Amino acid sequence: MAAEDRNGHDRALEAAGLTALAVLLLSVPWALDEFRQQLAAKYLCFAFPAVGLVLLWGYGGILSLGQGLYFGMGSYFMAMFLKLEAAAQTNTGSALSQFYGSSLPDFMVWNSVEVLPWWWRPFHSLSFTLAAIVVVPPLFAFLLGYANFRKRVGGVYFSIITLALAAIASIVIIGQQGYTGGVNGITDFKTFLGIDILSGGVKRVLYFVTVGALFAAVFAGRFVLASRTGRILVAIRDREDRVRFSGYNPATFKAFAFAAAALLASIGGALFTLQEGLASPSLVGIVPSIEMVIYAAVGGRLSLVGAVYGTLLVFSAKTFFSEHFPEVWLYLLGALFIGVVMFMPSGLAGFAERLLQAARRGLVAAGSAPAAPAPKQVEAK
Amino acid sequence: MILAVTDLTVSFDGFCAVDGLGLAVDEDELRCVIGPNGAGKTTLLDMICGKTRPTRGSIRFKGRELTEMIEYEVTRVGVGRKFQTPSTYEDLTVLENLEISYPKKRGVIGSLFFARDGELVDKVDAVARRIYLAEHLHMKAGSLSHGQKQWLEIGMLLMQDPELLLLDEPVAGMSPRERERTAELLSGISAGRSTIVIEHDMAFVRMIAHKVTVMHQGKVLAEGTMDDVQHDERVIEVYLGG
Amino acid sequence: MSLDIVVMQAFNGVSLFTVLALMALGLAIVFGLMGVINMAHGELMAMGAYTTYLTSVIFERLAPGWLGIYLPAAVVLAFGVTYAFGFALERSFIRFLYKRPLDTMLATWGLSLVLQQAFRSLFGPREVGVPSPAWLAGAWQPTQGISIPLSRLFIIGLTVVVGCALYQLLLRTRWGLRIRAVMQNRDMSGAVGVNTARVDAVTFALGSGLAGIAGSAFTMLASTGPVTGQQYIVDTFIVVVFGGVESLLGTFSSAFMIGQMQSWLEFALTGSMAKASILLCVIIALYFRPAGLFALKVRR
Repeated sequence: MAAEDRNGHDRALEAAGLTALAVLLLSVPWALDEFRQQLAAKYLCFAFPAVGLVLLWGYGGILSLGQGLYFGMGSYFMAMFLKLEAAAQTNTGSALSQFYGSSLPDFMVWNSVEVLPWWWRPFHSLSFTLAAIVVVPPLFAFLLGYANFRKRVGGVYFSIITLALAAIASIVIIGQQGYTGGVNGITDFKTFLGIDILSGGVKRVLYFVTVGALFAAVFAGRFVLASRTGRILVAIRDREDRVRFSGYNPATFKAFAFAAAALLASIGGALFTLQEGLASPSLVGIVPSIEMVIYAAVGGRLSLVGAVYGTLLVFSAKTFFSEHFPEVWLYLLGALFIGVVMFMPSGLAGFAERLLQAARRGLVAAGSAPAAPAPKQVEAK
Repeated sequence: MILAVTDLTVSFDGFCAVDGLGLAVDEDELRCVIGPNGAGKTTLLDMICGKTRPTRGSIRFKGRELTEMIEYEVTRVGVGRKFQTPSTYEDLTVLENLEISYPKKRGVIGSLFFARDGELVDKVDAVARRIYLAEHLHMKAGSLSHGQKQWLEIGMLLMQDPELLLLDEPVAGMSPRERERTAELLSGISAGRSTIVIEHDMAFVRMIAHKVTVMHQGKVLAEGTMDDVQHDERVIEVYLGG
Repeated sequence: MSLDIVVMQAFNGVSLFTVLALMALGLAIVFGLMGVINMAHGELMAMGAYTTYLTSVIFERLAPGWLGIYLPAAVVLAFGVTYAFGFALERSFIRFLYKRPLDTMLATWGLSLVLQQAFRSLFGPREVGVPSPAWLAGAWQPTQGISIPLSRLFIIGLTVVVGCALYQLLLRTRWGLRIRAVMQNRDMSGAVGVNTARVDAVTFALGSGLAGIAGSAFTMLASTGPVTGQQYIVDTFIVVVFGGVESLLGTFSSAFMIGQMQSWLEFALTGSMAKASILLCVIIALYFRPAGLFALKVRR
């Protein structure tokens, strides 16, 4: 087996990175207290859009500054399902709404909404909700992407469009308080199909589900990148015009990458709502969307595994600094954006690879055979 | 007749690059298009392969109207274009460059599950041998010499197996030895295909052309065999001044 | 709907338009020349606003008698400060990122975060306001129903002046010639001896200076806080993209159209829905004319 995979990455390092991550994540419920496990679970939800961005931005060359839109879709769809369940349990709402067969979520009552809007109704059903989470965001993204890409709208222009859409979503959610919970979001649900989602045992299960889903996402990403589609995506990124003359329609490939990233973000959002018990517009707008890019950038925009490490690292720093030195956090985050772009474009993954190469050369020069990467290397991330 | 160009016209900001051009290419023909710089030769190829849209005129290929199609559609219909500056996928290996040009499963889903089967491997080997790069299959295209990159591009075209080949200055920047090998290559691959070659090197044109079209200021000045054209008064005047 | 209301609404649109136009012009110049979007452009505007605030404070403390003229001084100072900052910025890190427009967006976003936090540390998290000069108090009332605050007239006047000055600069001076030359053909300009690096720095600084003036004007409309810049950035981008980067007149017109649309839609819908609709309309319009509304016909 070649030392480098089709994208030039060191196979051994990647395998080591994946294994270390698995060990790290699976040991959390035993190694850390419940509070920190919960934190880890939350962070991992944001690793989903980051992994999606590696595919879309790192390999596809498309910088989406609005992944929060899709994260929000997944998050709100799940929240709507959970909220309707909660409403049914507490039986809130006017007699009128009861007559229509559904209790109203509390925030609707507070906003004098009389009847459940038609577009809320289908979210009574779990299957519809799950289907919405995995179908609506990628479908929307694919159509939006294809429409733009076939008109050769790309680069900065497309990034601004994604930015504007995230802004629109955030504005509309906040503005339509009666239907969306407004700036406070949708909260106050305690059960999922009758299961208490606040209990420690359930949270632990959710944690493992999240880890599993994340690994599935990473492997799916690897499959795509190793396939011919991955090659073409890279070729499109580097020489889109040339690819047309090889007989490919770049618009479909780019739209596919965009849809895949949307799907991942949506799943992350849904899991987030399940874990944190909340859907909020503060995760939908410009600021959170651009922050998702930094998770991928820090980890290494060309490394799927790196994106997970990057997310964990940035979030840990965020929690630490916000607790102890809150003024410093924004400076640090800003410096991170600037620093990573200017000095470490291939992120931690790239750094680890160079370290490994240097180490190998050093060992060879010292006369011994190249050793397998020491576990120490991985911790250096 | 596989390609019929009629009244082809295109203007850029008032400058008429190609003006009412008519051209017909037969099956199995190797046509060289020559002419002074600015005659519109590259623009003609641009319009045939879908890169530029003409303002007027028609390009019929195997009965289909190419002026309504965009690049990838024209490619899929059976037209292959090679550009003046070598454009291979620098980061991919020779093998991958050839593989990507394989004309099957060009949709997203098809590509996802595309696997290298025997047919593909055989074809890649055959093409690699023809373009003198059989020893270099695992080299990155970026590290090939200029001449080798040109051959690789021709190889990529071969993989696509087009019925009409469009080559824009295929020997530009090559040494005399490389030119000879390329001439052999081209004579070989144009068998069974129609080819249009733009070139400035008259010796090279003489070696390979069946028929020559001379362009000047967006129009066809003269057409015929190399001998006919070289003795044509109008051509002499345009090339040698008046 | 009476004529008075029509005029008032139209005027409202014009007020919005002026600030938007000043911001957008600055951004369009930089984007048109170098293809980079400065995500910290909003913070440069805020910088201009804060400079104005500081100027008013200094005048209040040191020369209370002169308070009446603090505003023109502030505008000039705001331009100067943001121009200098923009110049320094370009020389220190923007110029390394020209070939990478997407990365520039990320790096300048980082800068905007740093600046926002700096504003917070220096001026506090709460918004600050500036005193309205006595000569701008009151309103112009041509008829019973129409009352146009003088401060807004001042801003409009300022925008017109700046617009004309920019026009003169770009079309009538050597520097303007150099800027336009580099915009149209960078390599050729370099080949004929234009110092393209210098042009880049000056242009970026100029764009930043315009944002500073916009910020100064903005203080007449509302108070300024650390996140004020961020609130207008999406609108500004949209104006620039909608107007196309071929002509500044396009940017101007685009700002006008969007300002008007927003004002009228706000009349009909709630504030947030109006804003959302505008953005959506523009996105749809861009689908039909991807190069922007006023882009010249380019070779396909």
